[in-house]
Amino acid sequence: MRKFVDLHLRPSINDLGQVEKMVKRSSDLGYRLVGVPLPHNIKGERVHQLKTICERVEVDLVTRIDLVPKTSGELLRNLQRFRRRFEIISVTCNSKSVARQAAKDRRVDLMAFSMGFPCKRFFDNAEAELASRAEGALEIDMASLLFLNSFPRIRLLSSLRREVSIAEKFEVPIVITSGATEVNLLRRPHDCAALATLFDLSMSVALRGLSENPSGIVERNRKKLSSGYVAPGLFVVRDVKPCLGV
Amino acid sequence: MRKRYLALKVESETPLSERDLIGAIWNSLIQLFGEYGTSKTNLYLIEFNPEDGYGILCCSRETVNMVRAAVAAITRVDEKPAAIYVIRVSGTLRALRKMLKVESRR
Repeated sequence: MRKFVDLHLRPSINDLGQVEKMVKRSSDLGYRLVGVPLPHNIKGERVHQLKTICERVEVDLVTRIDLVPKTSGELLRNLQRFRRRFEIISVTCNSKSVARQAAKDRRVDLMAFSMGFPCKRFFDNAEAELASRAEGALEIDMASLLFLNSFPRIRLLSSLRREVSIAEKFEVPIVITSGATEVNLLRRPHDCAALATLFDLSMSVALRGLSENPSGIVERNRKKLSSGYVAPGLFVVRDVKPCLGV
Repeated sequence: MRKRYLALKVESETPLSERDLIGAIWNSLIQLFGEYGTSKTNLYLIEFNPEDGYGILCCSRETVNMVRAAVAAITRVDEKPAAIYVIRVSGTLRALRKMLKVESRR
């Protein structure tokens, strides 16, 4: 059976009641893994509280940080600071240089683009080629499709259709997330996949974007963040005491 | 023409009437697919219980994903915040009613 993942749940972290409500609804809707963006200076105690809330409804919490750098230099500095502290790093690319850097940097997991401004969507063939080599994924939030209306939604759908076809051409994984800030913006995985057909994504690809693609990224990063990780393909299996005899 | 039946669950702060619900679904379909696309769905609401929020929609098999997308795109019904979820899709009404009975008992 598929394990559905929503990597972008956006409750207010200070309001634990709202977090609990949203995580519970996600669990009821069929998600088993949720990603919540956290502030960079979050305390370990608060993360523990969030994990307890998630455990109560049998959902696995993924820690995530959303970076919105203005320049590629700022992005590099942030990646250096936060890569080992969060399981998922998403970069909102508001300029061409940031998009280029995010696409080629292996430390970036998800590339997101502005939903309200089509002129700020920089995902083209060059970005896709770089992202494909660096194992980055394209993130698409469904919440914008729900709250936008008429002309802005038409423009967004048109941009998404173009980006999805580029991503498929260069085999860049697509990750579909809710981006929900309130309970009413959450949808069942199959309903999200049906919404994704509006920008010509097939149901099977959309369902992969809600299950295998995001869970693969989380699994990969958890391995990398574990204490036994040395380098790609190299793990410490067990510690052995040096043999002093002979 | 083959049909598909969709079991719905409506979540809203105030109870909705059958008329409000089908109106919202029609509006969403017309907004997303236009009158031409909507005409292909052969959509009708079979039943809806405003008390528990469960209902059943019927549409043509080829347009299930269109209807599902339109239902998912609804965020307000009669100016009130609401969310509608498709719980299950089935080829027979009997199987769906059986499932709804179990679901509403939970």
